[in-house]
Parts: sequence; structure tokens; C-alpha cells
Amino acid sequence: MIAPELRARIEDFLAGIARAIDDDALESWPDFFAPDAIYRIVPRADYEAGLPVGILSCQGQGMMRDRVLALRTANIFEAHTYCHLLARPLLERAPDGTIAARSNFALYRTQQAGGTELFAAGKYLDRIVEREGALLLAGRDVVLESRRVDILIVLPI
Amino acid sequence: MSAALAPDLRWPEEGVSRVPFRLYSDPAVYAAEQERLFRGPLWHYLCLEIDVPNPGDYCLGEIGEVPIVVTRDEDGALHALVNRCAHKGALVCLKERGHADQLTCVYHSWSYDLAGRLKSVAFRHGLRGKGGMPEDFDLGAHRLQPIRLAVFCGLVFGSFSAATPDIETFLGPFVAGVLRRNLGRGVKRLGRHSQIIHNNWKLYAENVRDSYHATLLHTFYTTFKINRLDMDGGMILSDDGRHSLSYSKRDALRESDEYANVHSAQYKSGLHGPELLEGFTEFDDGITHMIQTVFPTLTVQLTLNSLAVRFFTPRGVDRTELHWNYLGYADDSPEQTAIRARQANLTGAAGLVSLEDGCINEFVQRGAAGSGEATEFLEMGGRDVASSDGSRATETGIRGFWQAYRGVMGW
Repeated sequence: MIAPELRARIEDFLAGIARAIDDDALESWPDFFAPDAIYRIVPRADYEAGLPVGILSCQGQGMMRDRVLALRTANIFEAHTYCHLLARPLLERAPDGTIAARSNFALYRTQQAGGTELFAAGKYLDRIVEREGALLLAGRDVVLESRRVDILIVLPI
Repeated sequence: MSAALAPDLRWPEEGVSRVPFRLYSDPAVYAAEQERLFRGPLWHYLCLEIDVPNPGDYCLGEIGEVPIVVTRDEDGALHALVNRCAHKGALVCLKERGHADQLTCVYHSWSYDLAGRLKSVAFRHGLRGKGGMPEDFDLGAHRLQPIRLAVFCGLVFGSFSAATPDIETFLGPFVAGVLRRNLGRGVKRLGRHSQIIHNNWKLYAENVRDSYHATLLHTFYTTFKINRLDMDGGMILSDDGRHSLSYSKRDALRESDEYANVHSAQYKSGLHGPELLEGFTEFDDGITHMIQTVFPTLTVQLTLNSLAVRFFTPRGVDRTELHWNYLGYADDSPEQTAIRARQANLTGAAGLVSLEDGCINEFVQRGAAGSGEATEFLEMGGRDVASSDGSRATETGIRGFWQAYRGVMGW
């Protein structure tokens, strides 16, 4: 049982991560993670098959910062923005004290030429820890329903 | 071929250093390609042999727009069949990968064996003596359409044409040798995904043969010195020019002044997570990056230790699905698998060095819209089709593609 107060904090925490991405505050995105956290984007079929390679992975905050730095300075793509819709998370306390959260999401992408389209749908499988009074992601698997990506993925999901 | 499917296309006098933009947007060209190229005298990639390891396994594939199923029969032999019921034309196999004793169409229960031979038809003799097929109905006269199949280094190919030479002749000795280097031993699948790119399939075929763009557009490459044109490398073509190999050696970088003004070479920061690029040496030829193409739609990639088989499928005149199959060797250690998994971040739909290809070909598709008789200009490295060992500042691989394309299409 997760106390209602903790649930409210977790829901705000998860919504804050989506806000950082949607509002282009990407430099703050790695700060939602523990230093050694693993972030992955994996198609559902590969996730269920237990395959080691997904579409994107960051092992630790450093690789997350590199992703943000690369998209700001190196990668070339047409400007677009994201809008995440999050569903209420299912929460469960693991034996090691971490909290497992599963929340479905829909992600809409808007290209500079206009037109908002559903870009991805799936679930966040998060492992949440509390360190020095703050919630952090110890791990996040973004499991996409589809293994087919439209155009490219450059912004984190 | 009917006249309606044979568009009146006159190639520019300059030859393969010019390419009419119309080839990317004309539905008549697209329709002609389906017949002359996809159902023509070429081998087309279908799947990996590891997708159908055991008797009874099947796996879906495509050649152009035609759905194909690859099966392994009770005796272990592979078959490539058009996945279209001989009765009403419905798809027979629906699952991407499956296992079955026989292949049964869900519509009217026509059942085929794993070699595609029709074995039974529901209500063949009707019910209570009424209905059913005519007396002279012959099971042996109907089957799933078989096509030719060849396996080379674990890659399964299919061909509609009796005129296609055997697979080794088609590949030629050089390409066969490189495939043996990279795929000549057992592999396992590490992951797969695909991306829809909003352009004609031939723009991606050019893109993977374009060693000129790689270090200019893909700035991550240049910045972190994974692949630069001032490394030892080259663009080697098969004797007939249709297949290509672009390669480089990371340890052989002699920094060249020409990069001083290249935007992409200006970003000097190191990586916060440098282990991304940590790898291991697995070949003694010093080559650390290779993009090998097999005409028309197959590419084998070895970027540092990231091994992948890419192929692309037309989804209409201005849509292409690009498939990424990430592989490791069957005898890889867990550490080697982890390294390949990390380096998979370099390529794919979110690849640090490849994601631009998801949009750059679309920029050409959109830029060339309504261009009338305008053409591409492809003279980097000359106007001919010849290997360019020692320099990748060349478009010879692209010209080789067009030479082969013209041959197959009759233009």
C-alpha cells in the first residue's frame, strides 16, 4: 500500500518529467534520474522477448547529458515539439524499498509545418527511489507499443 | 510488360552522373519498378536464416509490394512462397514469425503443406451430397506460388525470375568475401525496429552508397572521430558496380585541414558517457566502420562493434520502411553483447550518427517536388563507375546504383 501523500508526490514527480520534455527544458531531464540509472526506449515485442537492444539506451546520467548535448549541437532534424498525456500510475513497493510505477502514455508530436499527430503510445516502467528527501528514477523503460518509428526519435520520450 | 506500365523516360545524355528527379515521384515509374526490378532478375533479401531455425517455422517477408512467406519443411529445406491463397488471394500466414504443421488460410480453410502444395479444401465434396467442387477439381493443380530461394551467410534471398544468376555470381567474389567476413559465422538477434521515412525507396538506396555525405551531415561521427574522410578508407564497388563497400580505419586518422571549416567538426566537447564508444577489436584488417550494400535494398553495417542488417521496403512512391536488425555473434560473451547493445545507439531510428537519414531523404523528396525535367548532379569523384580505394569523397557508389538500375529498368 502506498500512502496517498506519497502517491501524490510520485504523480507530481512523473508529471514534472513530462513537463521538462514538453517545455524544452531538456537540460534538466537527466536530473530526474539517479547517476547510474538506465533509460531505455524499447519496442514492446523486443521488451517481451527480453532482447538487449532497443531503439535507444542511456547507461547513466552521462549518456543522457550526451543525448541532450548531441541534439542541441550535432544532430540535424526538423523542429518539433512533444505533448505527453500520462495515465494514472500503478504503484507497487518492491522488497528492496524502491517503488515500481507503471503508467501508460500517449505522445503527440507537432512538426513545424503544423499538424499534431500521435507519435507514440506505450507505458513507462519506472523504478523510483527516494534520496535525501527527493524522488529519483533509478531506471526507466519506455516500452513502445509499435516497433515502427515515424521519421526519427531525437527528443527523449 | 504493358505499354501503360512502361513510362516514356529518356535518361539524360550525361549518363549516370545525372538522375531525373521524376524517378522519385512518378507513380508509373514506381509501378514499372515493381515488375521489372522487384520481380526482375535480382535476389531480394527476405529474412535471416535464424528466423526459421526449425522444421515447421515460418517467417514473413516482402519483395516490393508482394507478401512472401519463408518456410522450413519437415526435411529442413527452406521454401519461399507468395503469401497469397490460391483460392481468393487472402494472406495465408498472418503472424510475423510462427510455427505450423501446415499452412491454412483462415478464409475458407484451404490447407497447404510447408512446401506450398495444396493438401485439402474445406467442403470439397459439399455437404450431404450437395454443393462442393466440380468432379474434375484437382488438388494438384493449385498451390501457393513458389519463388526461387537462396541462402548466403545466413541471409535468405528470394527471386521471381528464372533469369537471376546463382547467388554467388550475383554477389560477385568481392561482396561474397566481405559478407563472409561479417556474417560467416553464427549470429543471434539482439533487437529490431523499423522507421517510416517519407521518401521514395531509391533516395535511401543512394543515401547508403553516399560516402560523401556521411561525415558532413552526420556530425556526431566527425565530432567524436568515429568516421572521417581523412581516415584511411575507401569505396569499393563490385565488378558490375551495383554493390558497394564503404570502409574506414579509425586508428589511421591523419587530421586534414579540409575539416577546419566543416561545421560538424567544430564541436570539441568530450562525451559525458565515453563508454558509449568503448569497443573491442574483432578483425585483424584494421577496419572499424563498414557499410556494405547489396543491390537493390540490403545493407550490412559494422559500426565499431555494432553489427546490423538493414533493408528497406517501398510503401508507396513517397514512403519507405527501413528495417534495422541488430545482431551479435552466437558465441559472444555477455560483455561483448553489452558493448554491441551500447553501440547500437549510434545507428537506428534514434541513432546518434544516423538519425538525420530519417529526414534528409524526405528533404530531397520535398525539395525536388514539381521539378519537371530537373536532375541530380553527381560528379563528386568523377563521372564514371569505378572503385575509389583511398578516398570516400566520391559519389561513385551512387552512380553504380544508377548504372545497375538503368540496366534492370531498360532505361
